[in-house]
Amino acid sequence: MSVSHDISPLIRPRSKILTRFGREVNWGDFAFRRLTALLAALMIAALLAMIAAMVHGSAESLRTFGLGFVSSEIWNPVRDVYGALPFIYGTIASSVLALCFAVPISLGVAIFLSELAPAWLRDPVGFLVELLAAVPSVVYGLWGIFVLAPWLRDTVEPFLASTLGFLPLFQGQQRGFGMLAGGIILAIMITPTISSVSREVLRAVPSALREGALGLGATPWEAVRVAVLPYARSGLIGATILGLGRALGETMAITMVIGNRSEISVSLFAPSYTMASVIANEFSEATGSLYLSALAEIGLLLFVVTVLLNIVARLLVWRVGTVPVGGRL
Amino acid sequence: MLDRYARRRYVDVVVRAACVIATLIALIPLISVLYYVTRRGIGGINLAFFTELPKPVGESGGGMANAIQGTLKLVFLACVFGIPPGVMAGVYLAEFGESRFGKWVRFSADVMSGVPSITVGIFVYALVVLHEKHFSAFAGGVALAVLMLPTVTRTTEELLKLVPESLREAALGLGVPQWRATLRVMLRTAAPGIATGVMLAVARVAGETAPLLFTAFSNPFWSSGFDEPTASLPMNIYNYAVSPYEEWHRQAWSAALVLLLLVLLLNISARLLVRNRVGAR
Repeated sequence: MSVSHDISPLIRPRSKILTRFGREVNWGDFAFRRLTALLAALMIAALLAMIAAMVHGSAESLRTFGLGFVSSEIWNPVRDVYGALPFIYGTIASSVLALCFAVPISLGVAIFLSELAPAWLRDPVGFLVELLAAVPSVVYGLWGIFVLAPWLRDTVEPFLASTLGFLPLFQGQQRGFGMLAGGIILAIMITPTISSVSREVLRAVPSALREGALGLGATPWEAVRVAVLPYARSGLIGATILGLGRALGETMAITMVIGNRSEISVSLFAPSYTMASVIANEFSEATGSLYLSALAEIGLLLFVVTVLLNIVARLLVWRVGTVPVGGRL
Repeated sequence: MLDRYARRRYVDVVVRAACVIATLIALIPLISVLYYVTRRGIGGINLAFFTELPKPVGESGGGMANAIQGTLKLVFLACVFGIPPGVMAGVYLAEFGESRFGKWVRFSADVMSGVPSITVGIFVYALVVLHEKHFSAFAGGVALAVLMLPTVTRTTEELLKLVPESLREAALGLGVPQWRATLRVMLRTAAPGIATGVMLAVARVAGETAPLLFTAFSNPFWSSGFDEPTASLPMNIYNYAVSPYEEWHRQAWSAALVLLLLVLLLNISARLLVRNRVGAR
């Protein structure tokens, strides 16, 4: 026993040991480790450089407007006065709306795929749901302009206005382009993220829990409700937050359908503007350093918020015991 | 008693049905997008689309040859800048990644994979475009590579960790140095899985538009080399779709069809590649 204990470091030599003993210092190993470490360091360097570039780029705007930047509604490149509130509102409102659509549907998909569907159906349907994530954002945008928005304008919005029109949410001119279209497009794009991460989380729930509930006479849904969901709760919240992070940063599709007008309105029919959209529309045409700087500050805000959300989401998903490869898809 | 049991069965059926309906609803957009892109795009697909430059507004005909070339160029650059460092960083994480430094690298990769693509565009604009003082394919390629890097790294790491340790031990037992065992045995065994991950990452960046807006920009003509603003399919779809011209809308649908086929082809072949192999998901 003690012999095998002694030779184990030699069977699987780790390079730390290698470098300590004479012969084993192989120049190839040494160079290989240094080279890969250098390229791995590139990852940290890129992230730090990104933070530095964003902070540097937005320094002028940070100095000029301070905290007022996030609470001012005025965005006026002509007078060189910038406030990001309408964009922050548009981003948050459209993302929350997207979650309202996407979370129930994604949970349904995840429960169906991991608990209810017959085995032969799981992989094909799971593949189709993941294909939703493969469609490029700009193609969704194109579809949004010519298919979704006209359908909303001619069918959905008149219907909502005539049935629920007493709510301020469903009043105003029906254009098709606006908050509702933006929310739906975002929901479509984050559904595969939320459902595939949720599916992984549900898979990680020990089957003994399920079997125990079923053995006590629970119906399949009751087994999911009393045994699976409570165990998976933090992971499912994590999946939702990952979806939210994606929705906040999504650019092209929402730029093409949300109407791009910097107004704050409660109506879902009204056009709005998001942080990512204003950067996409104005960055390459921005003249003047303060203008560019203000756009960079919006980018910085977006960056900070999405990074924080991602960290929180990953911690929650880890707690259930799975780390989906490339959880973001 | 029977009553309550009947109600529980009823609830069970309702919830199951709701899950099936949710799945169907989730698939409607996919079907609708595929249907409309095919129906509206197919008409504009002809030889000219692949061989000619765009015509000015008002003239019919013309193609998107320069955008197809540009997209291939950008994807090529992204692969050159993104894959080798990504794979090597992944090797580092799998082989020596338990150190504190390794944890930081892993953390950075996870953070970077959540960064919105538009902010990557701003980053590369500050890093490359401001120094070169003009938009270029090079800058676009760098932006796409930055987007690919974390995915490639983490996939490589995860798949290397799935390779049985006994393979490495066999190689080391034959006197192979550690680094060659890693490259020739471990990395080779994991190669099909890594290739899948890389292809999925390529498929994702091939359709990215936001990071190209202020890096590669666009160009109505051919671009030579890697130092000029370059047209690309996603950028053309965007510019044409938001334009007021009927003819351009048709072209946008055709471009979308070509882009979608490219992306789906990469996706499906990537998944077929690892069917029933080590590292298949």
